[in-house]
Amino acid sequence: MTAASPVPVHPRLGARVAYRLQQVLRPNAGYRWLAARIEGQGPARALFTVAERETKTQMFGCRMCGQCALPVTGYVCPMGCPKELRNGPCGGVGADGSCEVYPDRRCVWVEAYDRAAAAERAGDLLLLHHPIDHRRWGQSSWLNYWQGRDEDLWTSEPGTRT
Amino acid sequence: MDERTRDKDVSLRERLASGGFAVTAEISPPRGASTQPITKTAANLKDWVDAVNVTDNQGSNVRLASWAGSLALLEAGLEPVMQMTCRDRNRIALQSDLLGAAALGIRNILVMTGDHPKFGDHPGAKPVFDLDSVQLLWALRTMRDQHVLLSGRKLDPAPDCFLGAVENPFAPPVEFRAGRLGKKVAAGAQFVQTQFVFDVPAFARWMAQVRDLGLTEHCAILAGVGAVRSVKALDYMQSHVPGVEVPDHIFQRLRAVPPEKQKAEGIKLAAEIVQQVAEIAGVAGVHLLVAGNEQAVPEILQNAGTPVIDGR
Repeated sequence: MTAASPVPVHPRLGARVAYRLQQVLRPNAGYRWLAARIEGQGPARALFTVAERETKTQMFGCRMCGQCALPVTGYVCPMGCPKELRNGPCGGVGADGSCEVYPDRRCVWVEAYDRAAAAERAGDLLLLHHPIDHRRWGQSSWLNYWQGRDEDLWTSEPGTRT
Repeated sequence: MDERTRDKDVSLRERLASGGFAVTAEISPPRGASTQPITKTAANLKDWVDAVNVTDNQGSNVRLASWAGSLALLEAGLEPVMQMTCRDRNRIALQSDLLGAAALGIRNILVMTGDHPKFGDHPGAKPVFDLDSVQLLWALRTMRDQHVLLSGRKLDPAPDCFLGAVENPFAPPVEFRAGRLGKKVAAGAQFVQTQFVFDVPAFARWMAQVRDLGLTEHCAILAGVGAVRSVKALDYMQSHVPGVEVPDHIFQRLRAVPPEKQKAEGIKLAAEIVQQVAEIAGVAGVHLLVAGNEQAVPEILQNAGTPVIDGR
């Protein structure tokens, strides 16, 4: 982690394209096999992780927390929130939708809500996210995702009575 | 005030469970190693409120610890609401603090994310935010109900606590604010205190969504009402307190009176807002945001009249 607080990043990839990619990249036997192969070889894993880092940093300002929330946040990275909030915006959002810490930036959750709502996925934002595992920083979340290790990141049902 | 109608032995939890109109107020602990200022303030509030919030280094400024202030209130015969932010402590410290608070008899815990350190007197401090408010509520509820820590380890005995949350009905994305409260209720919030309500119609619109989601059945909503002391204070609030938007008509109303009468006008305004929010279906009480101006509480409640005092 860097010393300065995270900065909200406006994603370069449109939500529509991202949701389509989500369909294509959904875990299946093939991806599981591929992820296991990559994980089994040190250099391949390192290379894959660098590729993921580069791609997601460019697209979403990814900080490699290793437990990606993008599929249920309108493809706006919540780790760009200076408070790293994964369950929605804080109460300090400006009336114009600006981040309280970086007033020249848009709150990631305002952005997330707009993108998810436009794609009729606003319900995603009601899912309850568990605390993250800080040991996973720097890991490939794609490998974790395909291997099924990400399944417990958030609840399967929206925030009704648990 | 007719105190005969008021049962002092009723806890905040019981008051809300019985459908009574609850009043809470907020105090800020001193910047110093003494609980005396808290005890003094408590004496003035005792006959007026059900419980008193003790802020947790509010605005990211160092103050006497929330648990210590809460303990001082208990000793003074007042029920505390211990505020707990996610800003300064990780999941280990937060869970430990709940155990400590419960062991000392502090039952009401108000969970919030907390202001960013940037806004306080130690802007270079490390922002922790290991958990967010939803996750902390969830963790505390699990400790109480399942008798386990986040790690899964058993607790004995489990803490008894009444869990609260905060919400800002007015901040973008406004359409998501009721749903966000729904997440907090699902995670364990049993009562909610809102940000300052200046814009009553906007608050009523949010309440309608909150009712539609069925949240008022599981969670008591206390509307945040503040007493503004002057136009200057209002200006400060608008520009320095994150998430507070003051509508123009409030500014105009306060500007229309001479400076020496602005304080009285602010109290009148607060009393009117108390009356107005009390009329909104699903509102279970008010939370008076009067830190530093606690002496305004009796006047606000007196001006607001019967809904607050009678039957309490």
